[in-house]
Amino acid sequence: MIPEIGQFALALALAIALVQSVLPILGASRGDLVWMRSARASALAQLVFIGIAFAALMRSFTVSDFTVRNVVENSHSLKPMLFKIAGTWGSHEGSLLLWVLILAAFGAGVALLGTNIPDALKARTLSVQAWISTGFLSFLLLTSNPFERVFPPPPDGNDLNPLLQDVGLAMHPPLLYFGYVGFSIVFSFAVAALIEGRVDAAWARWVRPWTLAAWMSLTAGIALGSWWAYYELGWGGWWFWDPVENVSFMPWLLGTALLHSAIVTEKRDAFKSWTILLAILTFSLSLLGTFIVRSGLLTSVHAFAVDPERGLYILGLLGLSIGGSLTLYAWRAPSMEGGGLFAPISREGGLLINNLLLVVATGTVLVGTLYPLFTEALADQKISVGPPFFNASFIPIMLPLLMIMAVGPFLSWKRADLKGVFQRLRFVALLSGLAALAVWYLTEGGPALAYLSIAIATWLLLATLREWATRIRLFDVPFAQAFRRARNLPRAAHGMTLAHAGLAVAVFGFVGSSAWKSEEIVFVQPGAEIAIAGFDVRFDGVEQLQGPNYTADRGTLVVMRDGAFITILYPERRSYPVAQSTTTESAIRSTLAGDLYASLAEPAAEGAAQSGAWTLRILYEPLVNFIWIGSALLVLGGGLSLSDRRLRVGAPRRSATLKPQATPAE
Amino acid sequence: MKRFLAATPILIALVLGAFFLWGLNPERDPNAIPSVLISQPVPEFDLAALDGVGVPGLSQAYLTDNPAPVVVNVFASWCVPCRAEHAVLTQMVERDGVRLMGINYKDKPEDARAWLEDLGNPYERIGSDLNGRAGIEWGISGVPETFIVSGDGTVLYRYVGPVVGPDAEEKFATALTQARAINGAGT
Repeated sequence: MIPEIGQFALALALAIALVQSVLPILGASRGDLVWMRSARASALAQLVFIGIAFAALMRSFTVSDFTVRNVVENSHSLKPMLFKIAGTWGSHEGSLLLWVLILAAFGAGVALLGTNIPDALKARTLSVQAWISTGFLSFLLLTSNPFERVFPPPPDGNDLNPLLQDVGLAMHPPLLYFGYVGFSIVFSFAVAALIEGRVDAAWARWVRPWTLAAWMSLTAGIALGSWWAYYELGWGGWWFWDPVENVSFMPWLLGTALLHSAIVTEKRDAFKSWTILLAILTFSLSLLGTFIVRSGLLTSVHAFAVDPERGLYILGLLGLSIGGSLTLYAWRAPSMEGGGLFAPISREGGLLINNLLLVVATGTVLVGTLYPLFTEALADQKISVGPPFFNASFIPIMLPLLMIMAVGPFLSWKRADLKGVFQRLRFVALLSGLAALAVWYLTEGGPALAYLSIAIATWLLLATLREWATRIRLFDVPFAQAFRRARNLPRAAHGMTLAHAGLAVAVFGFVGSSAWKSEEIVFVQPGAEIAIAGFDVRFDGVEQLQGPNYTADRGTLVVMRDGAFITILYPERRSYPVAQSTTTESAIRSTLAGDLYASLAEPAAEGAAQSGAWTLRILYEPLVNFIWIGSALLVLGGGLSLSDRRLRVGAPRRSATLKPQATPAE
Repeated sequence: MKRFLAATPILIALVLGAFFLWGLNPERDPNAIPSVLISQPVPEFDLAALDGVGVPGLSQAYLTDNPAPVVVNVFASWCVPCRAEHAVLTQMVERDGVRLMGINYKDKPEDARAWLEDLGNPYERIGSDLNGRAGIEWGISGVPETFIVSGDGTVLYRYVGPVVGPDAEEKFATALTQARAINGAGT
């Protein structure tokens, strides 16, 4: 009964979405306020009905209702409750349901919270949001019904992939989707603005909180996914340039560009059509990600069950939404522009370079990700593009970006004095050089690029702090006065400082853990000692353990440094009989200086059981935790900026006189 | 100019869309790795027999002068899917008269012997590839893998993974029929 209620609720949501697709936008063009305002009720109703469907599916999972096919395939009665719940979004169907739920949540969010947005813009935005929602609800109902029943019901489920039984992973898709799908509302705003034919500072300000919220979630989602790969998968790395990782990274890069270009639109009334284009493209790349993950277009370590028919349906949706919005853009954008003029050396100029570099970086990742498809289609050659390509092409784009990022906040709008800025940053430059030298002295060799990156990260971190100190005149005025100034500074400014500093911190992590990583893969008998990065690790053998739904081989490794005891590591290999798979639980000693990371590989084939010899993988990754700390600072910075007063009160008003709509220029 | 610039994104999107449409062709399998060995002579290798099983060892020489195509299967006792595949291979030998050669990959001889005693031995020859060297020569990516080799020693077909289940068995049978059509029906 419950699954049928869920399915019925989904069908109702689709019907409501259809009404919302048409009524408010028609109302906006006819000036009918009642029709326009119907969007509020329908957006809320959509959220309620999709919420009911989601709750129904979740209930089927929590009570292990094995008459539902999705539950059978993705759950098991012995699984811990947390992972039964997480199973709701573990499959293609369930995750798509989560997708539309978040879509509806953002629509309802604008309907409820966007009280200062003019009726016509809001109505159009919500209609566009309903178009997306109609597309994906019909996709869900027609090709991927999560409530399909099986008869006769099997006695038990087929488990969730034990790799996915991890808290980090349970939280990773919802956050990632929140980010991905959150950009949908920004897209809807952009399309609505194109239909209306006007973009101004007020528009940019209404859109900003939604962009920030989506960007924060996406940042957190990507960081969590990378953290999961690092700790759970036992791969000993945090980023692999896998297609599925790349498709989540591209919207992040463009979303970051959008956040910055929208500032120019808000403050200076410039970059308008560019901001609109970024808003469209950011969500387009999110859709592209959804498509690639679910269509089996590319080889990846974590694709969903592949089904070309579904792929075709999503491609159709993509064609409609991306093709439609870009065509609209090609038609309307040329008539939109104007706004403040600025000198090349200015805040606008800095943000322009920021945008160009981010877009080039996104293009690089896109080309690298799709290149295997291109060569296969054009030359019938199967190739794969791996980290060497991305490292060689992506890093040279990012380093200048980081350098400019340090300077940008010092520049004033319209025209800036670069010489004065560099004078203020002399000391920071000196310290950055010294930092690189110090690292060079402390390490035994490493690539020149790594020392350069350390210098640049230090430069960014110190310059960011310097800029913040300048604003509150720290050390210039008595401390109490500086503190007062800090309190009066808009939260968005604090947010920027925190986020920029966070990126610098993360860069330390990226560089440290890639350039000075040590790795030993050894085949050893109990009693053997392995020396790595100044540690002596003694292997004391492997014992068998019994877990709730798995059995494990647990190794014991005693870690010493200069003869002093440090810790004992217990890496495990778990095998899950029901799911017939094994997972690696690596053991990690985590400190700020670096992680000592041990994992147990499969026993060597030649009769390891008798001799007790195992293959061990031991890694030392310096500074790796800076990556997660930096990511957390990025998210916090975004949150601080989101809580800024100007986004909540002081409702921005459009210039009172309604200008006639611009006619397309030739 | 402005018009042209504004139309650039949609043009790029259309080109990408065409690639995606092509990529969705259901016949296409992005995971398939074409073997570099296909249409090449079998690699040079020489493996000693597995003691106590009663069939001789396997080397390149035994694969270059046969009247009909033979099947070369890479297996190991520690490989669970191999156990499932064993029944299929045995049936091929008994029912279809396939000549089956084995490469016992990185296996302890006593384990392999016990495994064959337990399940039966469908192999005409078995080479014991203790250090995995022959496996590298054959370019295998895992166990099991199964090759069809023509009478004169050319690799005609490679199947990665166990030949188990209707889909895999049919694919393999089709390849075998084609190989025989080119190269004589054998026994």
